[in-house]
Amino acid sequence: MPTSLLGALWVVPALPLLGFLMNGALALWRPQARTAVSTIGVAVLVLACGAAVAAVAGFAGLHPAAPLVIRYWEWMPVGDLRVDFALQFDQLSAVMVLVVTGVGALIHVFSVGYMQADAGYARYFAYLNLFVFFMLMLVLGASFPVMFVGWEGVGLCSYLLIGFWFNEQINADAGKKAFIVNRIGDVGFLIAMFLIFRATGSLDFGPVFGRAAMVFPPAGASVTAITLFLFLGCTGKSAQIPLFTWLPDAMQGPTPVSALIHAATMVTAGVYLVARCNVLFALSPLGSATVAGVGALTALFAATIALKQWDIKRVLAYSTISQLGYMFLGVGTGAYAAGIFHLVTHAFFKALLFLGSGSVIHAMHHAYHATHAHDDAQDMRNMGGLRRYLPWTAALMWIATLAIAGIPPLSGFFSKDEILGAAFALGTAEPAWLVYWAMGIAAALLTAFYMTRLMLYTFHGPNRTGDKEREHLHEAPWVMTGPLVVLGVLSVVGGALNLPELMGGGAALQHWLEPVTALADRMRPVVELSHAMEWTLVGGAVLVAALGIVGAVRLLHPEALVPARLAPPETGLERLLWKKWYVDEIYDAVMVRPVQWLAREVLWKTIDLRLVDGLLVNGSATASRALGWLGSRLQTGEVGFYVALFVVGVLLVVGGAMR
Amino acid sequence: MYAQTVLTALIAWPAIAAVAVLAAPVRWAKHLALAASLLEFAISVPLWWVFQPAGGMQLQLDVPWIPSWGIHYAVGVDGISLFLILLTTFLVPLSILGSYSYITTRERAFYALLLALTSGMIGVFVALDLFLFYVMWDVMLIPMYFIIGVWGGQNRLYAALKFFVYTFFGSLLMLVAILALVYVVAQRTGVYSFSYFHLMSNVGELGTLAFWLFGAFFLAFAIKVPIFPFHTWLPDAHVEAPTAGSVILAGVLLKMGTYGFLRFALPLFPRVALHPAVQTAIVTLSLIGIIYGGLVAMVQPDFKKLIAYSSVAHLGFVMLGIWALTLQSVQGALMIMINHGISTGALFFLVGMLYERRHTRLVLAFGGIAKVVPLFAAVLTIVSLSSIGLPATNGFVGEFLVLLGAFRTYPAAAGLATTGVIVAAMYLLPALQRVIYNPLDKPENQGLADLSARELAVLLPLVACIVWIGVYPTPLLRRMEPSAQHFIESVRPAPGARAAAR
Repeated sequence: MPTSLLGALWVVPALPLLGFLMNGALALWRPQARTAVSTIGVAVLVLACGAAVAAVAGFAGLHPAAPLVIRYWEWMPVGDLRVDFALQFDQLSAVMVLVVTGVGALIHVFSVGYMQADAGYARYFAYLNLFVFFMLMLVLGASFPVMFVGWEGVGLCSYLLIGFWFNEQINADAGKKAFIVNRIGDVGFLIAMFLIFRATGSLDFGPVFGRAAMVFPPAGASVTAITLFLFLGCTGKSAQIPLFTWLPDAMQGPTPVSALIHAATMVTAGVYLVARCNVLFALSPLGSATVAGVGALTALFAATIALKQWDIKRVLAYSTISQLGYMFLGVGTGAYAAGIFHLVTHAFFKALLFLGSGSVIHAMHHAYHATHAHDDAQDMRNMGGLRRYLPWTAALMWIATLAIAGIPPLSGFFSKDEILGAAFALGTAEPAWLVYWAMGIAAALLTAFYMTRLMLYTFHGPNRTGDKEREHLHEAPWVMTGPLVVLGVLSVVGGALNLPELMGGGAALQHWLEPVTALADRMRPVVELSHAMEWTLVGGAVLVAALGIVGAVRLLHPEALVPARLAPPETGLERLLWKKWYVDEIYDAVMVRPVQWLAREVLWKTIDLRLVDGLLVNGSATASRALGWLGSRLQTGEVGFYVALFVVGVLLVVGGAMR
Repeated sequence: MYAQTVLTALIAWPAIAAVAVLAAPVRWAKHLALAASLLEFAISVPLWWVFQPAGGMQLQLDVPWIPSWGIHYAVGVDGISLFLILLTTFLVPLSILGSYSYITTRERAFYALLLALTSGMIGVFVALDLFLFYVMWDVMLIPMYFIIGVWGGQNRLYAALKFFVYTFFGSLLMLVAILALVYVVAQRTGVYSFSYFHLMSNVGELGTLAFWLFGAFFLAFAIKVPIFPFHTWLPDAHVEAPTAGSVILAGVLLKMGTYGFLRFALPLFPRVALHPAVQTAIVTLSLIGIIYGGLVAMVQPDFKKLIAYSSVAHLGFVMLGIWALTLQSVQGALMIMINHGISTGALFFLVGMLYERRHTRLVLAFGGIAKVVPLFAAVLTIVSLSSIGLPATNGFVGEFLVLLGAFRTYPAAAGLATTGVIVAAMYLLPALQRVIYNPLDKPENQGLADLSARELAVLLPLVACIVWIGVYPTPLLRRMEPSAQHFIESVRPAPGARAAAR
């Protein structure tokens, strides 16, 4: 009974919510009950994943053209506004739910090993479960407001998990920054909702998208404003220019969190949002061009920064920003399936890279801990030659590196190629996209380069960890390596999801998503390229990737590196890249400090304290006291004085009357 | 029986109980007061079901009080006042329980004043006679003056006097306006009456006088809300007031200002309220409240002052919602009035609990205490999130509805007001971080005790409301909708209704 199976859709998000409540209670009252915590934390995810698979299987049997909407209760019924707590299930939600619960379950398992010795073990799993709940609300919500519950909810969990080790200020600062920067984007989401409601009279996906083509004239100002405000939300959540600065700082959180939230799932919410609202974006060429352009620019810009980072997680963070840029280039081009395809494959290989770096950091940390050294366990200059100590991690991360670089037949090759191909094809009609395509190609070159650099510096050449420390380096336990193996397999075969017709595949994902994107596809016909042209593009892309890898191997000399504490400071362009183009410093000087100054010196101390309270309020009090003093001085008690006053008064009155 | 007497009982019972508390032995005072306030709450709870959403003003009682002057004791409740009454009776027992260890001197007087204050607050919300309203308005002023002035902090006398003079100044203006209004209407109808309905139906066209009367009402209510630039009494009053005083002040007293606008200022003088210049002024002042209040809150070193300025921001949303005159914005404004009472009330309780432990409210005196008081940290986090309007908490529902509704009337202003959600995160999250996160570097904080059972009993009902109203506000929205609709029509008649009236 597939329909009854779908009626139980609420079970999927309810399970992680239950896990949060139970683990949250344990965190407050029984923080040492580790076995119970890991059992609950992992079990709810595995069960949710099972429920999701069952729901998708049931849904696949129906494969309806319209989403299934299940209403649970009325949330905000006011006048003509009707917002229900309702979930919807369609082909796009199905893909997202599988990624979230599947990759989520693997990362929960990995966390059991990674967080083993942490005092906040129960709290960690409570937050992680809560995150999955909100992420599922985000992808299952049937309306903008319900999606927004998930949207801000995942932001909350991100905040809590970035600042998980809250007794260090740098971590708490990073969490706060993530929340506030995301709130800037959320203002865009909110204003977009207000505009949508004013135009369509609804906030439910079905009616909004159904009426969009009638309500909005194509390329009109109204729909363009909506798409741009929605995209402002995306730049926050998905760390695109100009709101990307929180994501590198987010690496302060535990590494499995970086894998789940800041690589595989939450940060892709913006891509999901654009794909979900494909009808609106299809109606607004300017909105779509902005999405694609910002995506391409971010892909290239973040890749340049990744070239010179020494912290292994920071390289991956900028890599994530860059890869998210590709996804936006895809959905902005109208290749919604390609964007989602890259979202899925990226979830596999980037989660693998982050968890692999987690294994590395785990080993490094362990080694430094054993010798009481205080070196940076995440700085690649302190690594080198680790493949001898962590062979599994090294091999698996190489798979992921080749995948993200775009080497066939690994998953990333297919998904990235599809995006670049679509951008080039549209470029034959609209030249702007040729520029985007060129930026994407350039970013691909850099991607192959910086990922090879990461692998060379981490796993190859001589070891720089230290003589005593080296003896303590070893591979992580199987509870951590196991999930890596699964992700490695997925990174290899993930391309099969959407094998292009050009290469004899069935483009399965694209066809699966067709009911979701049908309206937009009709509005934006795909430009077809000749097979010869397509093969040329494929060959060129592979060549670029190979060039990046070979270039890195040729140009970089891991044997010349010295440990971080001995390294000379960067200079020139290298320093500019290492300092991330000084974007944080610029924001700080242009926005953060002026606002602080305005609030403290002008608004509070000058206007509030001196002007309003000092001059007006207490000033009038002083004035009335002075008046009272004057009045009391008039009461002298001397008759002569009173008479004199009386005469003056009479003269004044008479004088006034005479005039 | 219940229907006719409940509102009167809600006014009378706390006053009677106050006398009993004064007469009782000191060690019983707080328990007696708690019991009395719980009974008051119990009396009010059936209103939830007795109240008929579509029934307009109901449970009315009208008896002559000073017949020769046309003054009646007239009370009633509608969907606007219903929740303010329930909020009041809900917050008072929590305030009493929350004062158990905070108030150690002159306990009888403190609890008696708190109960007397309750009578005044209920009276303000149910009064349907403008003289009665004025009396109740001043009745609640005096206990609060003493609560701040006697049990307050170091600068309590300055703060209490400022609070009193400010509010009393406004209420005197309001009295003059009420008398003038009654006189003008009497000239027209030949009947001297302070009855709300009589004045509403006969106020008619007042010409320029309407501007002066509206202005007087406006000042009285604007001070109470408070609207910039009449807000500077609030930070002082909050910082000096004892916890219970701050909770009631923020939770209930501020709402009397916005309630005054909803009940009197707009329905009596719709033409003035809708005058373009007045609209522009109010919307601008609301925006100033939202942005300015939030930014000033951001730089406050004192946690209580921070919350006080955040109230200016929240009430700015309420004013914007009221003036936008759409069903969503008005109901959103009513929701914020309730939610602000719950969330800000809880914040004041939490800061008070910190103060009881450390005798400081400076944010920088803390740091890292989530490690030693995890339960406190969890509650403070939830309450802070509700205050900054995280979806699925109560705070979101009100703000979302106000902004969505106001966007229909004033798109640019609503768009600007939306940036208030950034400012909210900018003032509350850094404070949260400095208190519960960051290094636990002060030795005084390492031995802090986590929440006691009594403190949990104060906070958990508030947390429950935060989640309930965030996830399922429908029962509240349904009960207030007809009254909100009626309010809007009384200010801006629907085009059809206006044609019919001609």
